[in-house]
Amino acid sequence: MKIAITSSGNSPDSVMDSRFGRCMYFVFYDTKTGAMEFVPNPNKDAIEGAGPASVQLVASKGVDKVISGEFGNKVKALFDSLKVQLIIPENPSLTINQIVDKFVKQQK
Amino acid sequence: MARPKKLRKLKNPPIVKGFSPIGKATGKGQEPILINYDEYEALRLADYNMSNHLQASVKMQISRATFTRIYAHARRKLATALVEGRPILFQGGPVYFDSQWHYCRQCPCYFNHLEKDEKTIACPLCLSTDITSCKEKIF
Repeated sequence: MKIAITSSGNSPDSVMDSRFGRCMYFVFYDTKTGAMEFVPNPNKDAIEGAGPASVQLVASKGVDKVISGEFGNKVKALFDSLKVQLIIPENPSLTINQIVDKFVKQQK
Repeated sequence: MARPKKLRKLKNPPIVKGFSPIGKATGKGQEPILINYDEYEALRLADYNMSNHLQASVKMQISRATFTRIYAHARRKLATALVEGRPILFQGGPVYFDSQWHYCRQCPCYFNHLEKDEKTIACPLCLSTDITSCKEKIF
């Protein structure tokens, strides 16, 4: 299973980004291999349509779950139709490592 | 200017993207019939679930008359595809998807649930079942 997390920096210790469309980095984590990939968000400074463009980027990686602080209305509808689960942690200061740890624990 | 269309509520998108005919005419410049998602949902509710138009229209959150109109369109398109042997594509339409949001008390986090037929729901982060459904959209 592949998971996408929005990140504010390009290290595992950086804090999750609370925006989806205009986050700094996307982290793609593969629960099978444990591989983590940081991709800078090309739509970071977009004036319009950052959300749908980001959905396209994330969906092209074959992601099953997306974790972020907030999703816009357009984004939610798009992910619903793509059958991607959205998760919004209430604590905005979670780091990428802490989130990934939760998925590692699930496997055991 | 015409009044904008009301969004129709859908449970799930169709499991396939479309259908193609078998035989001679397969893929020979045949213009596909585009069936909108709302038309697909109308067919599903009325012909597959066997609910009447009033019940179905409540589920899609539109009026009974609108539902009947969408359903009639769907039937016509389907018949055209069958008679003329044209491929069918499911696409577009003024729709939104019904996703149920839940709140996990352990994490705490919000998440939506896509497998609506599944009864037991666990938090995707901590796998706890200590969750409540949230009716209103807080975000």
